[in-house]
Amino acid sequence: MKPGLAMLLCASLVLAACQREERDTRPQSSLGSGEQPTPVTTLEPGGGRPSPSDNKAAGFEANAFHLSEGKRLFGWFNCSGCHSNGGGGMGPALMDEKWVYGSSMESIHATIRDGRPNGMPAFRDKIPDDQIWELAAFVRSLSGKAPSSAAPSRNDDMMVHPSENRLPDAATLGKSP
Amino acid sequence: MASAMACVLFLQGCAGWQSALDPKGPAASELAWLIWFFTGLCAAVWVLVMIALAAPLVLRSRQRTEPLVLDAGADDRKFRVVVAALGVTALILIGLTLLSFFANRTLAAIGSDAALTIRVTGHQWWWEVRYENAQPNRILTTANEIHIPAGEPVRLIVTSTDVIHSFWIPSLAGKLDLIPGHMNVLDIEANKPGIYRGQCAEFCGAQHANMGTFIVAEPRPKFDAWLNEQLQPAAAPTSGEAKAGGDLFVKRPCVMCHRIGGTRAGGTVAPDLTHIASRQTLAAGTLTMSRGNLAAWIADPQGIKPGAHMPVVSLNGDELNAIVAYLEGLR
Repeated sequence: MKPGLAMLLCASLVLAACQREERDTRPQSSLGSGEQPTPVTTLEPGGGRPSPSDNKAAGFEANAFHLSEGKRLFGWFNCSGCHSNGGGGMGPALMDEKWVYGSSMESIHATIRDGRPNGMPAFRDKIPDDQIWELAAFVRSLSGKAPSSAAPSRNDDMMVHPSENRLPDAATLGKSP
Repeated sequence: MASAMACVLFLQGCAGWQSALDPKGPAASELAWLIWFFTGLCAAVWVLVMIALAAPLVLRSRQRTEPLVLDAGADDRKFRVVVAALGVTALILIGLTLLSFFANRTLAAIGSDAALTIRVTGHQWWWEVRYENAQPNRILTTANEIHIPAGEPVRLIVTSTDVIHSFWIPSLAGKLDLIPGHMNVLDIEANKPGIYRGQCAEFCGAQHANMGTFIVAEPRPKFDAWLNEQLQPAAAPTSGEAKAGGDLFVKRPCVMCHRIGGTRAGGTVAPDLTHIASRQTLAAGTLTMSRGNLAAWIADPQGIKPGAHMPVVSLNGDELNAIVAYLEGLR
């Protein structure tokens, strides 16, 4: 290969590293948590709650920054108190393939925001909306539903399971279907 | 002359509340003396070497006129000069090593009988400060500002919860790393009352430069009074607006992370706000404490410290004013 071509190739490889994931740390403060309709009933097992698609979901579900912030908040807000690092205890396990109310971002967001029967408290007004989306994105990554290139890596402290970016997809247990 | 003036002006910047060249404690004095001695000795050696190198160039004209005549003693003289230089180098190195060793011993001995132990925990990007006490109800947790009694050794146990930080109060002591899952011990002492600024000295993320701290050294009675005051629960709001702010604080996301003693707010992942208005600064040395800065910080923390873990909380103008009025009263 000609040296000029090699240098050009090297330069383009180096410049490729300049592409950086966007971090939206300053959401529009006018965007409150009222974008989704408030549910009329609370007793709707089997994921019957209306969960219209929300255009915010896509911006959070595969974003490495938001996923790792979600992981931090999961620890800070003591979600482990019931969900035990995703393994489940008083609350359901989050790292298996079972989703009582569906696995969509919108559904998990609604769960955290409005609560669910049998113990899940509503965090409406207690967690800013964007942080609820971050938590929802992280919860999905616990069952392997986030790309491993974006899912959070190693914990800062000891952890009972491998980091989220090394967890197999719960539905297939890592095998091809 | 001009360069001497420039030098004096330059060295003026070395004084002040954050300078290792302006020591205010025994540890910093020891280190300052050591660095000046090292620098002086090394400078002297450098000057001597330069003179030795320049001398033959200057003296060349007086050399013998016939270069090819053999000088029987020359090799012998050169050998002796090299051996002497080697000997002096070895002596200087051994001397400096010993000086450094004894300085370290002096530093280690400073806090051996410290009466006060403070735990300093580094977070991205603030300092958690916990005053240890044998009585659990006298353990105090605060943030970013460390009060110590002047003239007494204080033992600091430093650690971190996220990444490696480094604790550095240049006027009082050398820097020491804060490592997750590991505790390091640093003993400090301030000779006289004063305020000394510190700075995280290990790159720890986007807001590393905005991770400052203050050491406030006070006479013992004043320090004890401060500690007793800080142990009290938060002041009850006086005005109607402040009262509304207190209610809002526990209703809105603030309560998830911050603690205010004596109220239902019990979060421990962010700075304790029980006596926030008594501190000199906000956001780890970034803003001075004032009503306007409090409002600015709450309204848009990400504009002041982008990447900090305090999110933008949606509050309307009245809510913001009420919360600021409440926090302003927490002295």
